[in-house]
Amino acid sequence: MTTLAPLPDETLAGRLKWTLHDYRAIVGQEFTHLWRQPVNFAWQLGFPIVMVLLFVYVFGSAMDVTGQGAGVDYVAYAMPGMFAMTMAFGFTNTAWAVAEAKQKGFIDRVRSMPMASSAVVVGRNIADTIHAAVDLLVLFLIALVIGWRSDGTFWETLGAFAILLWLRFALIWVGVWLGLLVKSVEQAGNLFAIAFPFGMVSSVFTPPELMPDWLGAIAAWNPVSATATAIRELFGNPSAVGDSWPEQHALTAAIVWPVIITVIFLPLAVRKFQNLGR
Amino acid sequence: MGTTTVEANNLGKRFKDTAALDGFDLTAEAGTVLGLLGPNGAGKTTTVRILTTLLRFDTGSAAVAGFDVARDARQVRRRIGLTGQQTAVDELLTARQNLILFGKLFRLDKTRAGERADQLLAQFGLADAAHRQAKGFSGGMKRRLDLAASMILAPQVLFLDEPTTGLDPAGRREVWDAVEGLAADGTTVVLTTHYLDEADRLCDRIAVIDHGRNLVDDTPAGLKRRMGHDRLEIVAADPSDLPVLQGIIAAVADGDTAIDEGASSVSAPVKESVAALTAAATSLRDKQLTVADIGLRRPTLDEAFLELIGTPAKEDQQ
Ligand SMILES: Nc1ncnc2c1ncn2[C@@H]1O[C@H](COP(=O)(O)OP(=O)(O)OP(=O)(O)O)[C@@H](O)[C@H]1O
Ligand SMILES: [Mg+2]
Repeated sequence: MTTLAPLPDETLAGRLKWTLHDYRAIVGQEFTHLWRQPVNFAWQLGFPIVMVLLFVYVFGSAMDVTGQGAGVDYVAYAMPGMFAMTMAFGFTNTAWAVAEAKQKGFIDRVRSMPMASSAVVVGRNIADTIHAAVDLLVLFLIALVIGWRSDGTFWETLGAFAILLWLRFALIWVGVWLGLLVKSVEQAGNLFAIAFPFGMVSSVFTPPELMPDWLGAIAAWNPVSATATAIRELFGNPSAVGDSWPEQHALTAAIVWPVIITVIFLPLAVRKFQNLGR
Repeated sequence: MGTTTVEANNLGKRFKDTAALDGFDLTAEAGTVLGLLGPNGAGKTTTVRILTTLLRFDTGSAAVAGFDVARDARQVRRRIGLTGQQTAVDELLTARQNLILFGKLFRLDKTRAGERADQLLAQFGLADAAHRQAKGFSGGMKRRLDLAASMILAPQVLFLDEPTTGLDPAGRREVWDAVEGLAADGTTVVLTTHYLDEADRLCDRIAVIDHGRNLVDDTPAGLKRRMGHDRLEIVAADPSDLPVLQGIIAAVADGDTAIDEGASSVSAPVKESVAALTAAATSLRDKQLTVADIGLRRPTLDEAFLELIGTPAKEDQQ
């Protein structure tokens, strides 16, 4: 049998090259997963679509978001909310995938290999961000079919797209951390119980103004609301804001919140990964 | 060769209130196969996980392929292969895609990774399933794929945690051949197993562990020798003869006689086995007793093992 020696990677440049190589291999693996599981992909998108149909056609007709009467312009209000909600819930997919890789022993196998140990986490992040971009494009198309339009310029629309991905990107660290934290894939599935109020107690489908005071305050300060309101402004959609600081400065809040989330959860995720050997 | 490639001294590892390892020592010489045996929960997997850099330990020291497991994990990882107790393949990928992925992560280029994947698929009888998703594989097929993945680089030290559990006889033989082939080429193999015939066949040395402590470290032949003597056994044709048969055996035995009611048999260790057999047969004829079977039983590794595990760890320590 031929002995195949691992290639040397002792220089800094060599290490960097191989680290990128490892990232590519892991991202490639993730895309093979997507390719192999189109049904799964469809299901993940099915949820936001069902939610939006529910809100637009069932609850939306009773909701006055523009001050011009119940149901008026609700589609224009709810679509950006749905985009933001999908990004917010995305971390459960990340957590689930990480928990599964851990439970199936895949993470242990790569940890015993000479690869860059950051590849599992970073590769996951890159793959999930690209996945989210594809999700968003599909949702945009569906929204267009339902009758939603962006009145913003090309750059404003693109900016809104970037702000959505920025939220998803930051929440990936939360997903990785939770995925490593939970004991099993089943527990990761239960994370939706956290994700749901996090996504829904926000301005995604209902203006915080219409909620009881205390709930409205939580909703106004929810990072998901900041993103939803910011993109409504960029899309030129009705946004029904109150006078709390994050509602008045939605764009700033939508940029800063993900920074805060990353600053907290990136180190937590990395530490959790490094401490798997405890 | 005689150089030590795996050396662990006084390893200690606690999980909350269980001491998984409690001063465990292990050494393996280059190019040899070391078997790690012990009952469930003895600490085998814990040892393997420590030596493959997956788990930190509390006390002691461990070196693999000349590098300290705690300090030089990267160097260790470049020189080892691991098949864990739990099968760890990507079930959504095909068999070939799995091996190529791991090949790439072992830093082979695309062509090399593909060639190596095909070699291994053929070697482990998976060529026909190469393009099927691992999700649809039987347990044994997944296990083979898992083993193939740990042999991509012909590692300097290969760790196999219960490699043949769940494999059919043909699958076990493939694994044995692969292990023997690697060992012949200089790979040191550390494997855990519950199958004593496997340990007997593959291992140059066997370390027996229980409650995280060393029980014995010996060759398979040495382990059997510890069992001492052959046993003389008589199987009764009529269970009511058992007391008489016990008397016959006790007269020629060099140790306690044991009665197995279920099997209607009596047995005892004998030093001069042929003389004892002849003497017992003679008294059977004198008493005009008919028996179902009489014979000498060589000690098996199973018996050696059960005897070791059955006794308190401290008495057997050496
Ligand atoms: N992650 C863990 N957390 C808590 N206890 C653990 C953990 N891993 C192992 N243990 C405990 O450590 C001891 C040794 O376990 P280990 O898995 O090493 O046994 P083993 O010899 O491999 O057993 P088996 O033959 O069943 O595979 C057991 O008592 C087990 O319960
Ligand atoms: Mg085990």
